[in-house]
Amino acid sequence: MQEKNRGLALFTLLVFVFLLGPLVIISFTSFEPGTVLKFPPEGFSWRWYENIFEVKMFMTTFGTSMFVSLVGNLLALLLGVPAAYALSRFQFKGKGLLNAVFISPVLIPGIVMGFAMLKYVIITYNLPIYAGLLIGHTVIMLPFIIRVVASSLSNFDFAIEEAALSLGAGKVETFFKVVLPNIRSGIIAAILIAFLESFNNVDISVFMTGPGVSTLPIQMLTYVENNFDPTIAALSVLLMIITAILMFIIERMMGLSYFTKR
Amino acid sequence: MKNKGMYLLLLPGVLFLTLFLVIPIVMTIASTFYQEGSFTVQGYFTFLTDPYNLKILWTTLRVSLVTTIACILLGFPAAYYISKLGARKKGILLALAIFPLLTSSVVRSFSWMIILGKKGLLNSSLLSIGLIEKPLEILYTPTAMMIGLIHLFLPLIIITLVGVMENIDPDLLKAAESLGASRFTAFRQVILPLSMPGLIIGSILVFVGSLTAYTTPALLGGKQGVISTFLYQNAITLNDWHMASVIATIMIVITFVVIGLMNKIATKLNPKG
Repeated sequence: MQEKNRGLALFTLLVFVFLLGPLVIISFTSFEPGTVLKFPPEGFSWRWYENIFEVKMFMTTFGTSMFVSLVGNLLALLLGVPAAYALSRFQFKGKGLLNAVFISPVLIPGIVMGFAMLKYVIITYNLPIYAGLLIGHTVIMLPFIIRVVASSLSNFDFAIEEAALSLGAGKVETFFKVVLPNIRSGIIAAILIAFLESFNNVDISVFMTGPGVSTLPIQMLTYVENNFDPTIAALSVLLMIITAILMFIIERMMGLSYFTKR
Repeated sequence: MKNKGMYLLLLPGVLFLTLFLVIPIVMTIASTFYQEGSFTVQGYFTFLTDPYNLKILWTTLRVSLVTTIACILLGFPAAYYISKLGARKKGILLALAIFPLLTSSVVRSFSWMIILGKKGLLNSSLLSIGLIEKPLEILYTPTAMMIGLIHLFLPLIIITLVGVMENIDPDLLKAAESLGASRFTAFRQVILPLSMPGLIIGSILVFVGSLTAYTTPALLGGKQGVISTFLYQNAITLNDWHMASVIATIMIVITFVVIGLMNKIATKLNPKG
């Protein structure tokens, strides 16, 4: 027993070295004082971290990414929370079809969605790139909001809601005063998961760039094509720190079981 | 329970998705059958008879298949080990697997550029210990794509499998062994079939994900096109929207065929659902 487990433990360790090693390496190279990415770095310097803030396009696209991910998140909440509530609360014909529609942004390849939206939303309606980005990101966030909120509602006892209604509270009042506080942590987790999904998105944003308009990941792709200095490594470290913080909050809010269930 | 107000709750979301996703997708598919006002399948004919395009399709399928098999071979034992751990250790390892999953694919692909590049970590290490005499050309090849994609999707199959395996009653394994089954037989007869749903879902996610991934092939694959970078190239660089729509439709068809097939296998293996 012991012998076999040790082999398996070693194997698992190697798998995790493979998974996390590259992220550790990228972190080390971000402190390189020279102009070329090296591992191990030849010294220690914050130079490339400072450089992030000097490249104007990083700052602009970070702003665009934040705007799109936050405002899109709000839109996805306004559309998704009522839908998740209706899907969890009521039984009705055609529910399966509606579920399929709401999950479709996850099933359709991102690159196909981006292309179709460019052609039949931005160009057809002659929308500015910004609006296209906002719509596209709302679409990809919606299924995550619905899924997480619905799973949170599945733990909610609707009898409590019935009680509030029978005591004379209005439907809307009951939702905000009884249902919402009970699924608060689920909603926070949903916001953060959707935010990460949107903020890191490439497949849709790559079709929605214009003069001076782009998101941070797309700007990083463009930068990597032309430069091989450690700026992207430094930026990667900052992004990983943000990711780790958000993941920690998600774990606090609803545990990590959301990720293991499919 | 039924309620008329519920349609009001569902309507905005359904309308939004219909307008901005369903209709654009349907229009994209429909547009491939019309050219200059009349019905045609010329686009598909052109795509499927050009050896260059077929090579891209073949590279995509090959890379995705290898990625999926590698993810199963690496992920299955690791997931089995994790699922047997105590709650605390399991939680830590799961968190370590989920973290890369939530990290930007640009960051993750970029890290492999540092490792696999001509002057990258791998080449400089191999050169310095004298294992090779000139640098290996890995970056910008299908091999680099595969490594990047395995790195991208391995966490997905691990966490999916852990989710299924942790629900397997450990007494089942003990029972099998006490009835005389060897450890291997017990594993094959108990763990493997009970993990099958997770294995199939995980494989679908990895295979479809690899087929349609854009960032990793774009950064690590160089000129070696896959179908997603080919779609982008046709749409944006070449401005051939008809061909781009044909490629988009082919991608949708492949995705849904794969999902359908795997689901069929899943029901066959597990008739109880």
